[in-house]
Amino acid sequence: MNEKIESRKPPVATTGIIGWLRINLFFNWTNSLITIFVIYCLYQFVPWILDWTVFSADFKYNYLGQQITNQEMCSRNLDPKNGGACWAVIYVRFYQFIYGFYPREEVWRVNISYVMLAIALLPLLITKLPYRKIFLNFTYIFPIIAYFLLNGGFGLPDISTNKWGGLLVTLVLGCTGIALAFPIGVLLALGRRSNLPVISMMCVLFIEFIRGVPLITLLFFGMVMLPLFLPEGIDMDGLVRVLVAVTLFQSAYMAEVIRGGLQAIPTGQYEAARSLGMSYWRMNFQIILPQAIRISIPPIVNTSIGLFKDTTLVIIVGLLDLLGIGRGTLADTNWLGLSYEIYFFVSLVFFIFTFGMSRYSLYLEKKLKTGINMGAD
Amino acid sequence: MKKLLSIFAVVAFAFSAHAGTLDDVKNRGFLKCGVTTGLAGFAAPDDSGEWAGLDADMCRAVAVAVFGDRSKVEFITTTGKSRFPTLASGEVDMLARNTTWTISRDVNLGFEFVGVNFYDGQGFMIPSALGVSSATELDGATVCIQTGTTTELNLADFFRLNGISYEALPIETNDEGKENLFAGRCDVYTTDASGLSSTRAAASNPDKWVVLPEIISKEPLGPLVRHGDHQWGDVVRWSLNAMIIAEELGVTSENVDAQLGSNVPEVLRLLGVEGSYGEMLELAPDWAYQIIKQIGNYSESYEANVGPDTPLEIARGLNALWTQGGILYAPPFR
Repeated sequence: MNEKIESRKPPVATTGIIGWLRINLFFNWTNSLITIFVIYCLYQFVPWILDWTVFSADFKYNYLGQQITNQEMCSRNLDPKNGGACWAVIYVRFYQFIYGFYPREEVWRVNISYVMLAIALLPLLITKLPYRKIFLNFTYIFPIIAYFLLNGGFGLPDISTNKWGGLLVTLVLGCTGIALAFPIGVLLALGRRSNLPVISMMCVLFIEFIRGVPLITLLFFGMVMLPLFLPEGIDMDGLVRVLVAVTLFQSAYMAEVIRGGLQAIPTGQYEAARSLGMSYWRMNFQIILPQAIRISIPPIVNTSIGLFKDTTLVIIVGLLDLLGIGRGTLADTNWLGLSYEIYFFVSLVFFIFTFGMSRYSLYLEKKLKTGINMGAD
Repeated sequence: MKKLLSIFAVVAFAFSAHAGTLDDVKNRGFLKCGVTTGLAGFAAPDDSGEWAGLDADMCRAVAVAVFGDRSKVEFITTTGKSRFPTLASGEVDMLARNTTWTISRDVNLGFEFVGVNFYDGQGFMIPSALGVSSATELDGATVCIQTGTTTELNLADFFRLNGISYEALPIETNDEGKENLFAGRCDVYTTDASGLSSTRAAASNPDKWVVLPEIISKEPLGPLVRHGDHQWGDVVRWSLNAMIIAEELGVTSENVDAQLGSNVPEVLRLLGVEGSYGEMLELAPDWAYQIIKQIGNYSESYEANVGPDTPLEIARGLNALWTQGGILYAPPFR
């Protein structure tokens, strides 16, 4: 009697939603307790935050249907029974948050720059992009186009950087800092490991000095002392001076991150490259650096995110970035007291950018399989 | 730090001593004026991105005096730390950045305060429910106080002088003080009176808070320029004085054209109908007329930016004219 036994379904408790819940949320009693606690917290918090940010909030009109032009017209200030956020301040000030004090009739230049930035990032984000080579060339020349477009030249009227502000300043500082610091950092890292004593000493000095002082100090140095050292008549732009300080700071950190990656490369890789007769530069650029940078992706993105957020420090030297515009808005007698709305909005914008960067890093890690053992040990 | 700053100032002065600031400004075509990064009533960008406030008006008044055009000014934002080096290095032509006039700033840092456009002083704010009408009744109160500031020392002095005790709750920023007071963690918040007013205006129900009448320190806030350039100092000084004198004489932006035919000699001198005061300052003859026409007199600027009809609701108090119980006083225009 060889009766065929039908394959049975797995126990209900181990598959489907119930199984997933059991394994992930209620595996044992501590697990269950934590799950219940977290659900309770979410239950308390989520409806409240949704209510505050969306359901009871004013966007453009208050509950009487009037268009809001100052904080006194916010529903929650007209009648304390209405508890929601007053997003009208963001609506009214949106232009300033995004463009600063850039003249309205010239704002198309900023818009084009934003669009071009997105196009320039495309080939970096999508490796299978058709015509990627052409797009990459555009990425390389984009900073030059953007500089003339934003600043003026070739028949476009000059817009002093003093008029730039908000997200524009944040992005200019963040993107330039990150983009310039990377190549400088690579050179510094190589220099620090170089066998030539003068070069390695200079790189060590530079890195240790810059890394040893806070960014604020460098910003002050750029803003206040640099003009005193420049010959008379040369008026270096305030934004440029801050950019120099930010780039120096970031490149020192980047150098150390990449040096970490370099140290993880086994000596065998160097020896193999040399035994093939490769020159120093060829060895580094074709064998060593591709591997070193690959394993340094998480810390590279980490310091880049750090820099992006550190750009808010420029308010100390009097540049109004996204956060600075927010604070300026809070100082307008029309919008006094709306700090929750403004700080919420500013953090949301920062979160979108930094979260995007961290997702990009994860995608790169997956694509390049940085986790694997690289062998040769 | 101060010593270092004064060295900067001297170095910067050596660099910038070549020509008069007035000529520089005229050649450049616009005034560079240092303001705060945002302080309610004094300088803050409005919804259209224009700077507004008492200090912003001061900058505009100087621009009008030089160019006859209120838009010929570029506002450079400065912080409490960066304001002095920015002025010393010549990056701005003047500061109107609610800066307290003190001897060390005037003398040691190498600046020149040319007048006072707001008399401030340290005050106290309490919940009206506390039922206290004078700061001397605050025995045993918990006071929110910004650490490391002169307000901390003034507070200690005041309570010691009056023989009453207090408990300090140290805070770092104005926002922190506001939150602590509103949450009831301290009974009293003390800082400059103008700061108290903006804190009060930011409350969801301003009537629940009162600013006590005692002012326990002197904080004369005014515009300043680099030491040594007296011609430029005069231009800024008399731009401010012209606004104050205009209020004294009852000349406003609305009646200034009618006042051109006035029979009061000082009005005619102020508006440039008689005398050659513009020439003395190397400005246009109608420079003061233009200030009053385009900016208004001191009272108009005050009422529009910080006065009782604004959310800040700061009464004139010390800032009233000397003839009206205040100490606002400008030398005669002759």
